[in-house]
Amino acid sequence: MTPFDYSRAASAADALRLAGQSGAMLLGGGTNLVDLMRKGVERPTRLVDVTGLSREIAETPEGGVTIGAAARNSAVAAHPLIRAHYPMLSRAILAGASAQIRNMATVGGNLMQRTRCAYFADAAGSRCNKREPGSGCDALGGFTRYHAILGASEACVATHPSDMCVALAALDAQVKVLGAEGERTVPIVEFYRAPDDRPDIETVLTPGETIVALELPPSSVAARFAYRKVRDRASYAFALVSVAAGVELRNGRIEAVRIALGGVAPRPWRAFKAEAALRGEAPTAEAFAAAAEAELAGAAPLPGKRV
Amino acid sequence: MAIEINGRPVEAPRDPRVSLLDLLRESEGLTGTKVGCNQGACGACTVQLDGERVLSCLTLAVQADGRSVTTIEGLGENGVHPLQAAFIDHDGFQCGYCTPGQICAADAMLREIEAGAPSYVTADLSAGRTALTRDEVRERMSGNLCRCGAHNGIVDAILDVAARRAA
Ligand SMILES: Cc1cc2nc3c(=O)[nH]c(=O)nc-3n(C[C@H](O)[C@H](O)[C@H](O)COP(=O)(O)OP(=O)(O)OC[C@H]3O[C@@H](n4cnc5c(N)ncnc54)[C@H](O)[C@@H]3O)c2cc1C
Ligand code: SF4
Ligand code: FES
Ligand code: FES
Repeated sequence: MTPFDYSRAASAADALRLAGQSGAMLLGGGTNLVDLMRKGVERPTRLVDVTGLSREIAETPEGGVTIGAAARNSAVAAHPLIRAHYPMLSRAILAGASAQIRNMATVGGNLMQRTRCAYFADAAGSRCNKREPGSGCDALGGFTRYHAILGASEACVATHPSDMCVALAALDAQVKVLGAEGERTVPIVEFYRAPDDRPDIETVLTPGETIVALELPPSSVAARFAYRKVRDRASYAFALVSVAAGVELRNGRIEAVRIALGGVAPRPWRAFKAEAALRGEAPTAEAFAAAAEAELAGAAPLPGKRV
Repeated sequence: MAIEINGRPVEAPRDPRVSLLDLLRESEGLTGTKVGCNQGACGACTVQLDGERVLSCLTLAVQADGRSVTTIEGLGENGVHPLQAAFIDHDGFQCGYCTPGQICAADAMLREIEAGAPSYVTADLSAGRTALTRDEVRERMSGNLCRCGAHNGIVDAILDVAARRAA
């Protein structure tokens, strides 16, 4: 590991100041960053521990819920407000990683964990456009069972591995960010960039910007929901594919619907085409199959991954 | 500040690169905590931080400054811990390498159940407390791998301790 300084941010403003220093990175639970530092993939010279920032989970005046960026994944999943109003989010978080990792991981860190693959982590042995733009991608022609079928680029086919973010995409979460110019709010569906030819730049955050909170708006589909995850083991494994879905029915027709997919794209993939195909339809198996076809028409599976 | 390890204050290392796992094993001689993968994938290094189970391999020791750490040595301080006894009774191990992590995790897991925390297999997320079934134990303990395949004994041991506490 490259040597680094460690400090704790006492407030969001403090985090912003410390994160502005050269070579600085923010540290949440460290479950992604510490691992990548040990593998020589990330080489910050300063770590700013942001686990002391707000971890409050509270109702908003609009009837939604706000979650401080330092809230632990386990605390969010177990919180009465989340279990009552957004059980899809609890279920998605509980589908991810292990109890130990969920106790460590923060909301901010979960959003910002790297879109990645095993070749990315293999700094000594594999070429990777994300680690070193322009160097090539050794995943192509390799083991691509966990790679993207949607929204990838020629430069990079890695997936964003978060379960939590799949539910957040279906729930239209808003990401509150603090930067030098003040606070701004980014809808989660606009938070992640397409990889294009710069897969090393994954989100719209600019250097030094800090996630301070998430806001969940009231949702008409949150109560009638499902979160399903398909993986190579029954538990403690990344998704081959996961889906967060919620519907609101009126007079036997689909009035509102939200669908997001995980494990298949460089970002939590909001299935807008499938949603459009379902709106106004009766909730039949045929309608859902047609919606899946509509969404996956543009899928480009690599060898080893079937659609 | 200091890191309180099994009730004893220890100064945080000067080099922030030192993991909590290495501090425990290399500097403090607490070799009960085991190194498996050193990358978050096995649970052998599980300890408790302020009573919650975490992975010491992905925790920087400086992150634990001002907090309290409990290792298997701490759990076994007052003689054989009930979970240790149950693991022996139910053949909850073969080589024993994963066992300290299993027991640190199980002890914290039983507190999570008491506090009403749900798991991925909990059917009704709105209900307060979940009954500790076999499936619940398997899901909640999935962060601790056992290469010897002692899982059935491990689940039996944990259910036994939970039943005794409830009685
Ligand atoms: C073995 C293993 C299995 C896993 N399995 C799953 C799984 O099945 N499903 C799943 O969803 N996840 C899984 N994960 C990933 C895990 O969920 C993430 O590592 C975790 O959520 C990251 O959170 P953290 O707080 O530890 O982030 P850190 O590792 O501390 O940080 C990650 C990134 O976020 C940045 N960051 C942290 N906080 C902020 C902030 N407030 N603002 C801006 N940037 C910030 C950091 O600079 C860093 O770049 C797994 C991880 C491991 C190790
Ligand atoms: S898929 Fe992306 S992250 Fe994986 S090796 Fe290729 S460029 Fe790197
Ligand atoms: S050694 Fe920490 S999880 Fe394997
Ligand atoms: S007893 Fe040998 S690894 Fe579990």
